[in-house]
Order: sequence, then C-alpha cells, then structure tokens
Amino acid sequence: MTAFHNIVVVGGGGAGLRAAVAIAEANPLLSVAIVSKVYPMRSHTVSAEGGAAAVIAEGDTIDEHAYDTVSGGDWLTDQDAVEAFVEEAPKELLRLEHQGCPWSRRPDGHIAVRAFGGMKKKRTWFAADKTGFHLLHTLFQTSLSCSDIVRYDEWFVTKLLSDEGRVHGVVAIEMATGRIETIIANAVIVCTGGCGRVFPFTTNANIKTGDGMALAYRAGAPLKDMEFVQYHPTGLPFTGILITEATRAEGGWLLNKDGYRYLQDYDLGKPTPEPVMRSMELGPRDRLSQAFMHEHAKGRTIDTPYGPVVHLDLRHLGAQVIDTKLPFVRELCSKYERIDPVKELIPVRPVVHYMMGGVHTDINGATPVEGLYAAGEVACVSINGANRLGSNSLPELLVFGARAGQAAAEYVRTLQKGSTSAAYAQGRDEERRLTKELRKHDAGTERIADIRTEMQTTMEDGAGIYRDGDSLDKAFVKLHELRERFDRAAVDDHSTTFNTELVALLELDFMLDIAQSIVACAIKRTESRGAHQRTDFPKRDDEKFLAHSLVHRPNKVEYLPVTITRWPPGERVYGR
Amino acid sequence: MARKRTTITMEVTRFRPGEDSEPTLQSYEVPLRKEWAVLDGLNHIKDHLDGTLSYRWSCRMGICGSCGMTVNGKPQLSCATFLVDYAPGPVRVEPLRNFPVIRDLVVDISDFMTKLPKVKPWLIHEGETPEGEFLQTPQEMDEYKKYSMCINCMLCYSACPVYALEPEFLGPAAIALGQRYNLDSRDDGDRRDVLASAEGVWACTFVGECSTACPKGVDPAGAIQRYKLTAAVAALKDFLLPRGARR
Repeated sequence: MTAFHNIVVVGGGGAGLRAAVAIAEANPLLSVAIVSKVYPMRSHTVSAEGGAAAVIAEGDTIDEHAYDTVSGGDWLTDQDAVEAFVEEAPKELLRLEHQGCPWSRRPDGHIAVRAFGGMKKKRTWFAADKTGFHLLHTLFQTSLSCSDIVRYDEWFVTKLLSDEGRVHGVVAIEMATGRIETIIANAVIVCTGGCGRVFPFTTNANIKTGDGMALAYRAGAPLKDMEFVQYHPTGLPFTGILITEATRAEGGWLLNKDGYRYLQDYDLGKPTPEPVMRSMELGPRDRLSQAFMHEHAKGRTIDTPYGPVVHLDLRHLGAQVIDTKLPFVRELCSKYERIDPVKELIPVRPVVHYMMGGVHTDINGATPVEGLYAAGEVACVSINGANRLGSNSLPELLVFGARAGQAAAEYVRTLQKGSTSAAYAQGRDEERRLTKELRKHDAGTERIADIRTEMQTTMEDGAGIYRDGDSLDKAFVKLHELRERFDRAAVDDHSTTFNTELVALLELDFMLDIAQSIVACAIKRTESRGAHQRTDFPKRDDEKFLAHSLVHRPNKVEYLPVTITRWPPGERVYGR
Repeated sequence: MARKRTTITMEVTRFRPGEDSEPTLQSYEVPLRKEWAVLDGLNHIKDHLDGTLSYRWSCRMGICGSCGMTVNGKPQLSCATFLVDYAPGPVRVEPLRNFPVIRDLVVDISDFMTKLPKVKPWLIHEGETPEGEFLQTPQEMDEYKKYSMCINCMLCYSACPVYALEPEFLGPAAIALGQRYNLDSRDDGDRRDVLASAEGVWACTFVGECSTACPKGVDPAGAIQRYKLTAAVAALKDFLLPRGARR
C-alpha cells in the first residue's frame, strides 16, 4: 500500500502539532500528515510540569534570557539560534494564550510568571504544575479545528525513505492491523522527542526511545552533542517520576541526611529563607545533580531500596501555596510515595530527564539531508548547549516546531519535481525486511527485556553523571556485544494485531544505535562541560572543544565550531 | 504465623478478535511489592513471563491517559492503582468496558476521537484578538478549570450506563470539554447545536458514574447538569425574546 502527502510530520507532541499547524497556515493547499505511534494527546509533552520561559514581565529583557540560556549551556549554545529563540518565545506563548491555554494568572488577570533554575529574572509562564499537559491539549484541540491535517494515530515509523541525500517519505506499520504502508512525501519533519529510555532511571515515558534520532541517523543525518544527557536533580525513587523544579522556585529546599542545605558547599551561593535567583536550589540542573553525587560520596545521603536519596522540603510553603501552585506534586507524592509534602519530606534523587543532543539542524530545523527537518527534543539546534535550563524546552518546541513547519512548506513550494521510483522500491524493500526480521526473531533465544535492561545499566554505569575514559570504553564494548545479541532476540508474538512485542523490538533496535552514539561522542570529548563531566578531564577546554560533536553513522565523530555572536565564553557564576 | 505473601495472582483478559472465539482469562503470578502499580505487574508479565500480552501505557504518572483498564470490575488507570490494595488477590484486569476490543487489554477509542471535534473543543473568539494576552482573573479561570483537566483516559465512557446503551451519546468527556470552552471568559462560541442535540446532554440520565470514575476530578456529570440548565434557558429565550435580545 502507498499514500502520498506533501509533508509528513513524525510525532504528534508539542513540536509535531505546532509544525503541522504552521504548514497548514503557510500553505493551505499542502497535504500534511502527522504519523505518531500514540494518539497525539498521549505524547510525552503531556508530562512537562514547571513552565515555559519567555520574556513578558516588566523589568525583564530578551538579552537577559539569552545570557541565562548561553551561560546555562556552558557556552556550547549557538548564539544566533538563542537570539531567535528568546525573541520568538513570547509570541508563541501568547499565541497559545489566544488559543485558550489556561496559563496561571495574577489577581489582575495578567499572565503570572515564576522563578526557575538558572534564570536571573522571573519569566516562566505556567499552568499550575501541569504546563505540558495544558500546552499539549490546547495544541491538540486547536489542531482539530484544522481539518486539513491528516492523522495516522498509532502508526509506528520504521524507516525514512531517502535517495541521493534527499528524503522521500516514510514506511510505517499501522499497529491495530499490522499493515505496512509506504507514505511518500516531499518533506519529512521528525518531532519524536527524546530517548530517556536508553537509561534505567528516567522521568521519560515508555515511548521515549529515540525513534526519530535513529531514523534520521540511518537516513544520513548526523547527530549532534549526544554526550550531553540531562539529569534532573529531583525524581522520585523507584518510579523516576519528576518532581518539578517549580517546587524549588516556590521556595523548596534540598536537604541531606542531616537536614543541611548542602548546595551551599558547592559554590552555588549561601542559604537564605527566601529563594534567590540563580542561587542555591535555583542553580542549574547539571550543577545540582553533580552536587548530589558529591554528597553521596561523603556519605551524607539517605539509603533506600531504590538507591540513595536526599530530601526536598516543601513543608514551610504551607498547604495553600502547594495546592494552588503545585497541586500535581501533592497528588504524585500521595499516590506514588504515600506521603503528604505539606507535612513530610519528599525523597528525591537525580534522574535522566532530557537530551541536549539530537538530530543536527540549522536555525530553521533543516538537517543536512535535503527535505528532512527536525524540531523539539529530537533536534539539536542548539539552544541548550551543554545543559538546558528548566522551562526552555516548551518554548523551544513551539519556536522551532513553527520554524521547521514554515521552512518545510517553503522547501516543498520551490521543489523541482523528482522521480520517486527509488522511494517506492525502498518502501517495498523495507516491507520485505520487516517481514523477514519478524520471522528471524521467531527462533530467538534472548528476551528483549534482558537486552534492554543490560543496555540501560551499561549506560548508567558507563555514561552517567560522571564518566571517564575507562567507563566509557567498557560501555562501548558492552553495547557492541548487545548489538550482536539483539540479532538473537526472541519475538514470541506472531500476531499482526497490535503487536507490542514487535514494537518493543524495533524500539530496542533504535535505542542501541542511540546508546552507541552517546558513548562514542562522550569518549571523544576529553573535557568537562555542563552535563558532560569526565573525571579524567575535569576542566573545560575551550581551545579544543568550543565545538559541537557531530556523529555520523557508524559512530564517526567530528566537530563543528559553536556560533558566538555577543557573549564570549566566560565563567559560569551562580550564587555570587 | 503464616509467611507474608510475596506474590499475587493477576488474571488478565486475552483476546484476539478474529483469531480467538471468545475472551479468556489467563493467570500469572507476579511479585507483590508495595510500590508496584497494576501496570508494574503487567510489565513484569510482558518482560519476563509472556511477551505476547498487549496493552497500552506510556507516562506511568497518571497524565497521558493511555492505560485505562477494568481492574476488579472498576475502570482505573493501571499506573495509578496499586497491587497491594488488592492483596491477597487475585486481581482481575480486563479491557475498559463499552469499547470494542482490538486485542487483549487494548480497546478501540476511535468513536471518541470522532466525537471530540464535534463539540468544537477550541477557543472561538469573535472580534479582535488583543496584542497582549486576554485578561482573565483567577476567579474567571476557576469557572472552567476543572473541566480542562480531562486526560481523555476514557474511564468515564467505560463507567457510563447511557453510553453502554446508546452509542450515539457524545459522552461525558466530550461534553465536559465543550463546557470547558463555553465557560472560558475568552470564548464566544456557540456549541448548542451539538451539546443540546439528542446525542448531547439530554441523553444523560444523571447517574453520575462518570464523575465517580474520573481520576482527575473533572466532574463531567456536573458539567452536563450545568449545561442542561444553560440549554433550557437558551431555548426559553429563543421562544420568548426577539432575535436581537437573545445573547
């Protein structure tokens, strides 16, 4: 079977929906499709809690937002991209407001903003602590008014069709029926989000398996800055459920086992009763997660069956602040920890949360593969550099989702008609491969879950918050072994109807590629910067590494200089 | 003293329409741990005991709405329902009721996906859009806030006796989402043609099961009752007032 659309968007979360609407607005005559392995409102954007940063408050400036973002990213951000981002972010958030997003308000009816880690001014818009949920549902429900967008809900994309450096569509499986379809397109925008499931302990949903990164990588697009993996400092033990940074923005404290606000020992400022911007608990995520590791080494964390924890203390905020600003946190603590943060301490530990790296794109979301675009967490523009600031990812997916949509629409408009016969042939090849792949795994002897678990442990042990040459080399060898074992993975399910075991196999296939690319980039970067901390190379090295890693398949790493416009590299200063 | 139970039996529906003649229950023994949700039990089965079991899940924090199932007879989010609360078991896990089954615990929700756009769940604003934000006080937001909390998990449809009998019924979540926009101070839309139709609020007999089942406190039953009043008053105005004075 084959279908045709001018533009196919892979992924129906925040970036994908924003891109699709941008295309429909740019040229209503274009046929646009969203292909997603889940219904759009199930996408992981839904889990974002704390807020979305954009300059709107009096006394704030876009230059300050830019500087916070650049310094927060340890100068690995491309400053031209950051300037575009901070300029366009307020317009995107206002646009959502006009579409009905229930942003939290001041008593006078204007948009309220809150503090956030690494930000010098209060500029984070929020919808209580369910910002991603409201943002996603507003985008999705508004997209329903745009009947021109065709949706392939619960279709799993297995391959991008590409020929002579140009993309021609995708091959996807309809999960309900097992039908494999070639979808020809003039352009493809990948908006599939991150890959937290490569690690064992993550805030990321089950669907975050790096599909789009692997699809683009296999189609010839390089991945950028993959060694930069963000650990959020406050996840619930066992589940890894995120406890938003907004808890600290509202005044929460991080305490070690002695009840001591330990961040004061790590050059993050002095403790004060009220929160201070860019200080202590409002420092950047990389520095806070690293401080936890040191605290643990000193024996000052608390042991639990699910690893060491510290405590997040919200008790002094009182029930009223918690119920109006952080109701979801109270709900999550009650459900998953059976505690009440109004009266009790919340156990937390660092947890894999976000990929700074992703598919290499320019400022318009274009990858080096003609007709292939990427936006959102799957992409690396890069505005996040070596460490993303909290509340920059939601505006990022809007700004660059819109840009990618507009750029793809423009590309399609100027496109010379080319032959798609090679794409059809590739589509048929992929159908054959999938059928064969399934048959091959009939006789498999290894459990998918075992290989996946070993991959995850390998990544945590080898490429966690602190890494070194040894741990990374070992991880690389182990991943190679797991790739061999993957060939013997068993698929017991032979049904074509909603075969989630087949999907798990294909996801693991993608994740193994991504895991290797992360380790390959981390091995080569012999410095420490932001979220990439090498104990054998503890210093930042601007001479050699003020540059993005670009990894080409298979695992070949080269470097691309960072774009500096107005902020020359300097020291990251927090709390002083 | 008897040894503390360390496992629990899960009885899970298995069914492939077209291949199996009818649904059957399959029993699995899974570890009983205090942190484990019903979903963790299913994941244990999938990963270690039986890879052929099919179900949906994603965020495992009660916000994506994927993992609705019938647990011991009640519609629940399986990620937010805990095995220890069913000890010593067995705990029975079945697909959501009132939906066609695609496979095992996976149900077909395309009926809802078709109905949702009918209530026009988007902001309809007449007149100019302001340059800045629309002003909306916290009190004005409170008018619609709880109706905006719907995660589309379908537990309310599964609980609704009217939807079970009248598949044409728009259903609790869709109506609540229509009301969410009706009550938004920024919205000037008219959704009466859909909400006040035979398939809309009037089909509801106010059993209230939807509000009991809702894991997010949306209260669809309240939304429906409130809209019945709105629709009745509007109908009366249509009858009594000249055209220009009806708003």
